[in-house]
Amino acid sequence: MDLAAVVLIQVLYAVASLVIVSAGLAVIFGMMKVINLAHGEFMMLGAYATITAHGLGLNLWLAMFIVAPVAVGLIGVVLERLVIRRLYGRMVDTMLATWGLSLLLVGVVTSIAGNTTAGVSAPLGSFRIGAYSVSGYTLVIIAVAVVLAFAIRWVLLRTSWGLIARGTMQKPEMADALGISPSRVYSVTFAVGAALSGLAGALLAPLTGVVPTMGGAFIAKAFITVIGGGPAILAGLVSASSLFGAINQVATFVTTPVFGEVALLFAAIVMLRLLPQGITGRFFKGSL
Amino acid sequence: MSAVIPLLETRMLNVRFGGVHATRDVNFSLAEAELRCVIGPNGAGKSTFFKLLTGQTKPSSGQILFRGQDISNMQPHEPGRLGIGIKTQVPSLFNGLSVWENVWLSARRTNSNQQAERITRDTLERVGMLAYKDNLAGLLAHGLRQWVEIAVVIAADPPLILLDEPAAGMSDAEVARTAELILEINRQHALVVVEHDMNFIRMIAKKVTVLHQGAILREDTPDRIMSDPLVQQIYLGKKSH
Amino acid sequence: MKRGVVKFASSWQSAALTLAIGVALLFLLPGLVDDFTLIQLTIYAVMAILGVSLGFIWGFGGILCFGQAAFFGLGSYTYAIAVINMGDSTVPFLLAIVVPALFAAVLGYVIFYGRLSDVYMGVITLTVTLILFNLINSTAGPEWKIGTAPLGGFNGIPGIPTLNMPGNVDEVLSQQSMFSIAMVCLLLVYAGLRWLIASKIGRVIVAAKENEQRVLLLGYDARAYKLGCFTLGGAIAGLAGCLFANWGAFTSPTIFGLAMSAQIIIWVIVGGLGTLVGPVVGCVAIQWLTTTIGTQQTFNSNLVLGAILVVFVLLVPRGIVPSLGDVIEAAWRRRKPQADSAIAAPLQQTENAR
Repeated sequence: MDLAAVVLIQVLYAVASLVIVSAGLAVIFGMMKVINLAHGEFMMLGAYATITAHGLGLNLWLAMFIVAPVAVGLIGVVLERLVIRRLYGRMVDTMLATWGLSLLLVGVVTSIAGNTTAGVSAPLGSFRIGAYSVSGYTLVIIAVAVVLAFAIRWVLLRTSWGLIARGTMQKPEMADALGISPSRVYSVTFAVGAALSGLAGALLAPLTGVVPTMGGAFIAKAFITVIGGGPAILAGLVSASSLFGAINQVATFVTTPVFGEVALLFAAIVMLRLLPQGITGRFFKGSL
Repeated sequence: MSAVIPLLETRMLNVRFGGVHATRDVNFSLAEAELRCVIGPNGAGKSTFFKLLTGQTKPSSGQILFRGQDISNMQPHEPGRLGIGIKTQVPSLFNGLSVWENVWLSARRTNSNQQAERITRDTLERVGMLAYKDNLAGLLAHGLRQWVEIAVVIAADPPLILLDEPAAGMSDAEVARTAELILEINRQHALVVVEHDMNFIRMIAKKVTVLHQGAILREDTPDRIMSDPLVQQIYLGKKSH
Repeated sequence: MKRGVVKFASSWQSAALTLAIGVALLFLLPGLVDDFTLIQLTIYAVMAILGVSLGFIWGFGGILCFGQAAFFGLGSYTYAIAVINMGDSTVPFLLAIVVPALFAAVLGYVIFYGRLSDVYMGVITLTVTLILFNLINSTAGPEWKIGTAPLGGFNGIPGIPTLNMPGNVDEVLSQQSMFSIAMVCLLLVYAGLRWLIASKIGRVIVAAKENEQRVLLLGYDARAYKLGCFTLGGAIAGLAGCLFANWGAFTSPTIFGLAMSAQIIIWVIVGGLGTLVGPVVGCVAIQWLTTTIGTQQTFNSNLVLGAILVVFVLLVPRGIVPSLGDVIEAAWRRRKPQADSAIAAPLQQTENAR
């Protein structure tokens, strides 16, 4: 019974991690059809922003939830203006350019912060379920993922900005005709996506070592989750994260963490073969 | 008396998309070297019927037979291999390659390099595009692209040629030339031409199939079709183009 | 209107010219440079083969593979494992080409016969390379071995016996021979691909990249052509991997990494997509740059490579070789404007007729 609870928590945690890690990429890809391969590096920047702010004395939670997203969001605005904007519609070229950006960002941060692993320990300690010990931070991650999903839904459905963004994504010319500047919308959307990535990096900072190359571990999973999710941003994000997260965790339990990763990747290949448009290309069509 | 196997035949062909019954119980038959025009107002199902014949759309029920062989479930490359040449509504060419190479690729599939070169030259001359052989297909004007595509299709010498609106977007002079071309091709190949330009149809057709709401309404000569009150009605009294 | 330089570039004369230059380098370089430089040039040649493999499948087949490094790595590991087990290097050499090719064939089958699009091709090839990296990286313990060859995990496989004359295990390669073999392989691959591209099969592959629908309508099974193209690319990358294992007598999982795959893509973009010489030029340029940067402290190599990639995608999207071709073309036109006017006229007519 205790074991079941712990396993459940671990599975939820795996799913929640995927949601958090992929949200930024999902927003940018789902809304703008831009594949941002610098996503991992945005996360890395968020992690660095967090430990820097925290190192300067700021409360860890504030550093994570305010400093990181804002900092990376601003960086996102700059990069969108300079680079991404010129490549809209050219999906392969954006992939290549953002890959270049990711290398560039790693290089810049390495030059500034060096190669050593920094870090911050996970807050909130642990608590016991029967004979097992569960980290309190795990529950934070799960909670944040849930809140994030609802927040995205609320923003897209219930705010005017969300409506404008969705409309512009579908028909930029109409938005133009209505007096809305599509390039403004793209900027803001990209910034929001970047901010989400920064937040993800911040949240994961206590769990992984913060090093300039940390982004590389996440980009593939995020990429796969977003593509596997399909065209609907939120439904795709949640469904793909659930599927892959669960498979990852179960495989890890049964074998080793390495095989857990492999299982996730393998499941992605199989799933894409069966559902080339992603999950929401077939199911939950037309949902958000 | 045993019947001659039609070149192309559909039997009780139906296709449904969700709630839309786009093709209804179509029994269509085309003889070798016959030229048939398929017309109908917007929404009549001409495009759908064309896509069924090319294999781009799979039927919900019924059969499509090419020389007696069931071709209802073809892979996209099979019509070309069987001997069905297809010209789509929007010209589909290799824009980055020269006119010559476009036609050569078509001829080369079943011929040696030498034969293919000869066929390419002859075909381009037939359609009057030899002067443009080194031009990039993507840079040509629309009418010329249509002719290149016709050349590409006939270079493979297919017994059946399917043309989707070959005269679309052409000037009157170009339309007349295209009609001439089609009649000349018809001497050795069967053609199914989907069109809605009645002038053009009158220039080429001996037999016309009229589609309405997915089903065949009438099949007759152009003159009788045009004076048929029911046909006039479904076109809402519109004039011939 | 096929412009002068483009027409020349696809003619057999340009292939002959390039091969002539290559053969000259093959014979002259060993005498001209010291051993250390020769070692450098050898690895350039080996990597150039890898670059050409991607340049071929991407520039001519339209297949953007994010994991070409996977076949490279498979080639090097297959060679290492086989030669440690077998002793004589002849069969391992062949296996190093066949195993990646088979792998590419299976992967290609899943992708092309499943009719998956470009983006998914990118995801899947990326994913596969990661799977391989993860798997091999974790094989460090002594229990992980194939036959007598330990996989070594993140430590890699050191002390790989190098190629020997077939049948004679003791006669191994000198540094000069290593260079010669790498160059010969590069030249053979180049010549072979140029021939293939000019043949019917090659033309169909290029046409399928241009307009897959039209190629299918003509009766060509585009899937089969793409599969063949991708498999060949895998085989060539495997060959490069085998030579790599020989070059350093060492291999490790890093060659399966994302960084390696990124590098190959950068070589092709910088050098010129759509040519075979381009990837060679890009590879040598970037490799040289990376080595030079590595020797100083101011600029991090990631930073420079990243900046180069971004700049090229934005400003020089066609790469060095095609852009050079454009420059030459423009200069040539300025000197001979009349020759083209007669031919340009029908084109003008058609453009006016639009």
